[in-house]
Amino acid sequence: MRLAHKLAIESEHVRADAVEAIEFPHLTVKYNVRGVPRIVINETIHIEGAIPETTLMEQLQEALKPAESES
Amino acid sequence: MPLLQDKDKEVVKTRFREELVNPVRLVNFTQALECQFCAETRQLVEEVAALSDKIEVEVYNFAIDKEKVEEYGVDKIPAIAIIGEKDYGVRYYGIPSGYEFSSFIEDIMDVSRREVELLPATREALAGIPEPLHFQVFVTPT
Repeated sequence: MRLAHKLAIESEHVRADAVEAIEFPHLTVKYNVRGVPRIVINETIHIEGAIPETTLMEQLQEALKPAESES
Repeated sequence: MPLLQDKDKEVVKTRFREELVNPVRLVNFTQALECQFCAETRQLVEEVAALSDKIEVEVYNFAIDKEKVEEYGVDKIPAIAIIGEKDYGVRYYGIPSGYEFSSFIEDIMDVSRREVELLPATREALAGIPEPLHFQVFVTPT
């Protein structure tokens, strides 16, 4: 969780919610949360588990690639 | 009955004294009914804020204070926005207890410092992403 909040503090383009899975069961169903942490970015990108900063950024950039190339 | 134990209060109080720089507001959205953890979340926010005179609390009713709900973009409760010189978009939905409590405390200190520790490559990559990013990180207290 810390990393997402750090990114939000760093960048005006980022906002980050910590969502307590047990308190919001409808969201765990909506986003298919079976384990935590599960990171959902812009509703469509899903990243599993506590991962290092470099891995998160790599996966994020990889996931954003198709959208960028289409624009 | 307090949620925070005395020894934890002392630890957090010391860290706040040493590491809080600028004022922080904890903006809590709550309501009395149909919200299992709203009362505890408000109590936790108030207990944490009492550990430093640099932290202020604002409490709003999710059902009534619609302007504030819209201003902070809150869509569920209990919610906490950690606000510094500006709104960085840092939110907690649900009570930040257990493991998340330490994240909550660290986030308050980051917002107060107005800067975070990130790898240079991360800052560079982030600056190169043109579109807005909304992270939702699902967590549990344990």
